[in-house]
Amino acid sequence: MKSSVKQISAGSAALNVARRELAGYFATPVAWVFIVIFLVMSGVFTFYIGSFYERGMADLAPFFQFHAWLYLFLVPALSMRLWAEERRSGSIELLLTLPLTTWQAILGKFLAAWLFIGIALALTFPTWLTVNYLGNPDNGVILTGYIGSWLMAGGFLAIGSCMSALTRNQVVAFILSVVVCFGFLLSGLPMVMSLFSAWAPQGLLDLVANFSFLTRFAAISKGVLDARDVVYFGLVILFWLMANTVILELRKAD
Amino acid sequence: MSEVRIEARALTRRYGKLVAVRDLDFRIEAGEVLGFLGPNGAGKSTTMKMLTGFLAPTSGTALINGHDIVTDSLAARRCMGYLPEGAPAYGEMTVRQFLQFIARARGFSSGEVVKAAGSAMERLNLEHVSGQTIETLSKGFKRRVGLAQAILHDPAVLILDEPTDGLDPNQKHEVRGLIREMSADKIIVISTHVLEEVHALCNRAMIIADGRLLVDDSPRGLLRRSKYHNAVTLVVDQPERAASVLSELPQARKVEIRDGELTVFPLAGAALFEEISDCIRQHRWEVHELRFEAGRLDEVFRQVTSGEGQ
Repeated sequence: MKSSVKQISAGSAALNVARRELAGYFATPVAWVFIVIFLVMSGVFTFYIGSFYERGMADLAPFFQFHAWLYLFLVPALSMRLWAEERRSGSIELLLTLPLTTWQAILGKFLAAWLFIGIALALTFPTWLTVNYLGNPDNGVILTGYIGSWLMAGGFLAIGSCMSALTRNQVVAFILSVVVCFGFLLSGLPMVMSLFSAWAPQGLLDLVANFSFLTRFAAISKGVLDARDVVYFGLVILFWLMANTVILELRKAD
Repeated sequence: MSEVRIEARALTRRYGKLVAVRDLDFRIEAGEVLGFLGPNGAGKSTTMKMLTGFLAPTSGTALINGHDIVTDSLAARRCMGYLPEGAPAYGEMTVRQFLQFIARARGFSSGEVVKAAGSAMERLNLEHVSGQTIETLSKGFKRRVGLAQAILHDPAVLILDEPTDGLDPNQKHEVRGLIREMSADKIIVISTHVLEEVHALCNRAMIIADGRLLVDDSPRGLLRRSKYHNAVTLVVDQPERAASVLSELPQARKVEIRDGELTVFPLAGAALFEEISDCIRQHRWEVHELRFEAGRLDEVFRQVTSGEGQ
């Protein structure tokens, strides 16, 4: 009898899951619907609402400016199925009895979705071509803008993945994700800050302000790729994926 | 390879206050095909989910080939194949893609992946649907895909949760055939609430209810627990008259008439068949039907799980 005890490295286990997931996106309408809506919406925001032409400036500020709001709804729409669907169809039992850890499965699914958003983001390149055709933009700033946008999407996605593990109902997962993402998005705005400023100590105020995706992203999209901002998004992603692991372990049985 | 073995030690799982599985202790050796029986909600699936590493036990543990499912879960999973209830899979994938994904996850090198998936498809006659997405397959084929992913790495232990549930009789027959083929040197654990399955497939049966192990026996042993074991049933023209004669037999414990069928129950260990044949010949009864009862599993099942009967 052939020995079936084979080791598989942690990295390749996660990559195998990621690969399957990514192929899954493109095997269903999910990928195409997401990409089309993302491109159309970002076009609408940039050219109409963001007054791309009227501003008369050769940069992509109006393009990136609305990404946070676009992600607020589109990323949860993508992430809501990550675990809720596995649970509904029962395939979670198959996935999590394969010789891989829960963390590897979570990481693999996250990476696939993140890469997928990266692809959608890369497909906005005509906007970049347009601005280069019309003027002489600082392409370094545009590149950091793209990186920042992708990092922010990762943050939203990690939250969404975690929320998706809470329920087998995708609609519930979607709404929970939007609410939590909204909190993270707004935490730096005066509206939210004034809620805290009346009573909270300065330290907490700074902490809350520092949690804002918007503040961090604004800094990066101005062309300053500060290591602290990158680390911030990295930590946000790590935190939510770890929370995801805990929740999944606890709620697997439901 | 050392002897394959599953060993459960005080395996327990609680959901909140509910105790789904309670102090389960058992040992399964290579070559055994174990039928795991019990009413719905008895804890069969929970036990299987713990053995396969999906759920962590609340207390206790089990060893699969010596690998502790709590402390060495990945190693334990590597020597197991698992068909979860309802044979879930990724519907949007084709059969081939899906099995190749499983092969990669099972640690086959990129060179072997195609071969491993191919031979699993071959064993389960899936080649002609290999390019079809799983969601378009019939229930029977989906089940075969589920079995294919479970046996792909030729595991020493196969755990199948209701492998024939929801299939039509032909599909059931087919799946049973497949399981029987695989059973030679493995441990196979099958959960089911279909009793005929135990007869058809298993050489050992465990009945659990309320998370407790109630009976651990061979299928034959189970039949022996039936009050119908060694009883004789006959359909005869004048059942009342026959009944009064048969109840005089020294070996008969009881005679019962139900739906026009007359059943004679023997005293423990006694044989009745010959005596009854003699009676029939002597009294020249018109007998339309005569059968020897090995025992009735459904009756044993009810008796064990509901405390009904003896």
